[in-house]
Amino acid sequence: MGEAAVEIEDAGLRFGDRTLWSGLDLDVAPGEFVAVLGPNGSGKTSLLRVLLGLQPLSSGSVRLAGEPPGRGNQKVGYVPQQRAIDESAALRGTDLVGLGLDGHRWGVGLRGMARRRRLVAGAVASVGAQSYARFPVGRLSGGEQQRLRVAQALVGEPEVLLCDEPLLSLDIAHQRAVTELIDTRRRTAGTAVLFVTHELNPILPYVDRVLYLVNGRFRIGTPDEVMNSHVLSELYSTRVEVFRVGGQIHVAGAHSALCEDLPHHADEQVP
Amino acid sequence: MEEFFDLELMFRLAGVVQNGLLAAAILGLVAGVLGPLIVLRRMAFAVHGTAELGFTGAAAALLLVGTGIEYGAIAGAVVAAALLGVLGGRSGERDSVIGVVLSFGLGVGVLLLWLYPGRASNKLGLFVGQIVSVDASTVVVFAVCGVLVLSVLALVYRPLLFASVDPAVAAARGVPVGALAPLFAVLVGITTALGVQVVGVLLVLALLVTPAAAASRVTSSPLLATVLSVIFAETAVLGGIMLSLVPGAPPSPFVTTISFLIYLVCRAVAYRRDRPRTGLGPPPGTLDPIASPVR
Repeated sequence: MGEAAVEIEDAGLRFGDRTLWSGLDLDVAPGEFVAVLGPNGSGKTSLLRVLLGLQPLSSGSVRLAGEPPGRGNQKVGYVPQQRAIDESAALRGTDLVGLGLDGHRWGVGLRGMARRRRLVAGAVASVGAQSYARFPVGRLSGGEQQRLRVAQALVGEPEVLLCDEPLLSLDIAHQRAVTELIDTRRRTAGTAVLFVTHELNPILPYVDRVLYLVNGRFRIGTPDEVMNSHVLSELYSTRVEVFRVGGQIHVAGAHSALCEDLPHHADEQVP
Repeated sequence: MEEFFDLELMFRLAGVVQNGLLAAAILGLVAGVLGPLIVLRRMAFAVHGTAELGFTGAAAALLLVGTGIEYGAIAGAVVAAALLGVLGGRSGERDSVIGVVLSFGLGVGVLLLWLYPGRASNKLGLFVGQIVSVDASTVVVFAVCGVLVLSVLALVYRPLLFASVDPAVAAARGVPVGALAPLFAVLVGITTALGVQVVGVLLVLALLVTPAAAASRVTSSPLLATVLSVIFAETAVLGGIMLSLVPGAPPSPFVTTISFLIYLVCRAVAYRRDRPRTGLGPPPGTLDPIASPVR
């Protein structure tokens, strides 16, 4: 599978004597949309950090677009969680997108301004943000900011797109809009997508495969293969019911296990 | 008639302090360029703390060597910047670390000044600036520091801007966010130390923060904000010194007043422009074309 956009081979990550996951093998093909699910603390975000080169593996190896992860891997785009940008920050939407293109480069960047402007304009148009891209970023709504985030991640023509809960705190309409932008990209340009989320339903129609991480165990497969009562009960080591209602997937009974890593774990009573 | 005479006197005196004006112009340029990044990174308090430590260094130079306060100030400010960079890594802790370090540094500085047997005007000069004492050799120090700071800044400008507004994505794109913070703090430290000479330790913020804060009220373009910030800083520092010459007052009250007035004007401009119906930006959410289908 030398052609895979993301190659994860026998990867393991430990902090002290706590193993987040180990023996993880996953090849993501170009254009494939993989959702990464699991409770808090299961190592979803750590996996992204490994792929971004911000966190070394304890064992195994990963490659993205044929290269080891690391600083300045130009073939990787990143869409973060929506978080507030200072309202008074002297930064326009186009500046935010432009930083995604060359913000990591040294120097002032006065050369190649025309090319930069054209690429940024193209990226802004591809997410339909032309009408507000020249306003201060801090004054835009969360949904508008996330569209610009997608443009920022895509302007460098990445072969791999890593998304860390990009839909968090967005309303349903914006969740759909942002997901469709990402889906369009992977269909038209063959960008592989790794999408970390705690909420599968908004992206379910687009997902090819699911990587479900729980307490050091994991399962990889199509949504149907993974999101069923049998597999999730096994993963959580407790009885979990999975219901499908109107094209959505609802997980019941995993709640106490889901909250295992949260501080307010004290209540043991299962209703 | 009298006004004309004053103007003539002003320019004659300007010839006397031309070294000071030259040094101030260099300071205005560097401070104006750094300012927008200081504002973006919310470092106003750090600048103040660094200036106080610059004062400590200058006081130490005065006591131990009897001269060379520019070198003392630079050493003190750079040590302060490095200290804040190391101790105040977490943003939640930064404010208190600055408070702790600056109060101690200021205390030590006061002790050093008390021990200093020389002229009282030298002491006051540290607090309010001492433009008359700037000679050709000080101008050289300013020029070297200015070139150094601007060169390093030119090299790291884009990653620094990225790390300042968007640290998570910048780190993901390979920007060494952690290393840029202390580097920038040292650049700010050097510039602050230069400011101690011109406007004094207490009022450095008027050149490093106020012009940039004013500029970012009226524009959201990083480039234009930098250009405006330089213009505002130069206007304040050169205009303030010129106005201070005839009355023979310290320049800092004039510098800070001009700086403050520019800030008020910029706020007023922004307020007029942002009133409903003529807004600079849309109220959150109103422009989102979510109704139009996205393919």
